[in-house]
Order: sequence, then C-alpha cells, then structure tokens
Amino acid sequence: MSKFAKKKDGEVPAVSTASLPDIVFMLLFFFMTVTVMKDSSLKVENVLPNASEVKKLEKKDRVIYIYVGKPTREYEKTFGTEPKIQLNDKFASPSEVGDYILMERAKKPQEIQNVLTTALKVDKNASMGLISDIKQELRKVNALKVNYTTYEGDAFNNLQ
Amino acid sequence: MARRAGAPEVSAGSMADIAFLLLIFFLVTTTIETDAGLDRMLPPMEPPTEAPPIIKQKNIFTVNINRNGQLLVEDEILSIDKLREKAMAFLDNGGAPSGSPDYCSYCKGKRNAESSDNPTKAIISLKNDRETKYSTYITVQNELVGAYNDLRNREAKRLFGKDYVDMEAEYLNPETEDSVKEELKEKVTRIQGLFPQKLSEAETSSE
Repeated sequence: MSKFAKKKDGEVPAVSTASLPDIVFMLLFFFMTVTVMKDSSLKVENVLPNASEVKKLEKKDRVIYIYVGKPTREYEKTFGTEPKIQLNDKFASPSEVGDYILMERAKKPQEIQNVLTTALKVDKNASMGLISDIKQELRKVNALKVNYTTYEGDAFNNLQ
Repeated sequence: MARRAGAPEVSAGSMADIAFLLLIFFLVTTTIETDAGLDRMLPPMEPPTEAPPIIKQKNIFTVNINRNGQLLVEDEILSIDKLREKAMAFLDNGGAPSGSPDYCSYCKGKRNAESSDNPTKAIISLKNDRETKYSTYITVQNELVGAYNDLRNREAKRLFGKDYVDMEAEYLNPETEDSVKEELKEKVTRIQGLFPQKLSEAETSSE
C-alpha cells in the first residue's frame, strides 16, 4: 500500500466528475424540448406547394392530418405511381377518410371535438380529383374546417 | 505513465454553470416548428330538397381552372398573376347606387353597375377540373385569399391604423393576453363584416 501512496506526490489530480450529471441533464433537456413526436412515417412523397397568405396552425392537438402524394419508391411496386391518401400509417381510399376523421375525433377530448381542423398535406403534383373526393368525404362527416398546409413562399413558384 | 509534476489543477466547479447557460440558451432559442397553410371552410352538406338561393349574376365572379392550369375568369382567359387585381376590382366595385340599401360607403372601386353591388353580396365561385394540378389550385386560392386580405388590410389601416393580417395573427396567437384578445376580436369581426370571405367552390367537373 505504501508503495502506491507514495506515487501520489506530483501526480496530475483527477478531473472532477461532479459536473457530469449536469452535462447529461443538459443534453437530456435539450433533446426533450426539440424533439417532435412523429406518430407516422411518411409513405408518400410530400413536397408541399408555396403560398404567401398563410396562417399558422396553432395547437397541434386540434389537428387531424391527411397526407396525399405519390407513394415513395419502396412502395411504388405495390401501390403504383398514382397519388394516394395516407391516413396514419397506411394507404387508404377516399371512402375511408370519413371513418378515419370520425375515429380521430372520438379520440379527442369532448370540449375540442367541435373545433378540430383537418390539415391536408398534399404533394404539389397531386391532381385535384383526389382532393375533391376527400373534400366531399369531409363534408359528409361535417369536418368543415380545413387547412391546406403549405410552405411559406411566393405562390407563383408553384407554376414552374 | 508520463507525469508532469506540478501541473495546475483545472477547476471544474464552474462546469455546471456553463452547462446551465447552454441549456437556457437553447431553451430560449429553439422553436418547435409549426405548420402553416391556407385556412378554408368547406360548405356544409345541404339537404337536397332545399332550393339554392337566387343570386344575381353580376354578384358572382367565376373562376374556372382547366386541366392545363389555364384560367377562365368571367368568361375571359386571364393569366394567373392578374387574378388578384381583377378579384379586388370585383369585390371593391360597390356598384349599387347611393341611396339604395346596398350602397357601399367604403368602396373605392369603379362603381360599375354591371359588376358587384356590395362586398357583402359579392361571391367568388371557383371551379376546377379533376385533372388540375394541386399546386395551380393552391396558387389560385392564395391569390383569391390575398385579394380579400389586401382589401381588409386597407380598411383596417383606415379604421384602426393597423394591418388586418397582423391583427388576426395576434388574435389567434395563444400567447396573447385575454384583455387584448377581447379588443382585437371586435375589430377583426368588424373588418370581416366589411369584406366577408364568400368563396364558393363548386363540385369538381369530371370533364
């Protein structure tokens, strides 16, 4: 023992690890705040069009998302290249939209069930036929408040 | 093990302070991205028996988009960048003669008797083809909403010295205090009353 004890003289003192928990907590908090929970992975191409007269979509809990676009490459073989609707995690036909909205609405607390917005995240190359079908379905279930989600930018960039 | 005798100890006591400083910095500067887009209301499903209300032809501004993204506005071909101007001229026309109940006192348009009577009567009717590209549709929607916003801004500037768009954004912001909100609500509703957004979308033609 005395052999080891002797060595101590003149040795570089150990770096204090007392602040290590702080660093770890800092990282933890940082990631906690910036992480956005993603509940469904995108299976469709989703390049949104630009618009300048946009309104922010506040209060995420009051929004129901519907994605529309061409299936991405890995799903191209099974689902073709025509634009498709994605609800949660799976592809759907327009007739399923109504049920989906009703289901999502039932999941929300009672007091906000009447103020829900449907956010349509539609790829810019989709055609209006499909959108019209969705809109008809939304009207049937009385989900009248829609938001065409776009990027902020000059709307004329869409035309090129 | 190589040792340097007498190397000074690095103080680690302030490490926690640095860490907290960083943490607070990121907390303050990071914003979670929110989506933005064009808000629209769909018309409710009307009972099939009800007869549609009769609207004077001159109070309707028709916009047709064909499958190639070309516009037919009031039976004339129009390029898309002129649409906002034309829609504003229509909404702001105020064609009703002074003295009539529909007379529009705040309109600055041409007061053409052949065009809309009053902004509260004016309806924009949008029709598109099934093959129309979504991006074209959004551009047209954007221009039409823009026309309303421009006119509302003008009136809001005149009455309250503030842009309508800013007032509305502040009103919808959840961080705004309730007392401010109450006051804004009144103003926003008043402006909306002057230029109500009457944008009707006909069912898509399949041809």
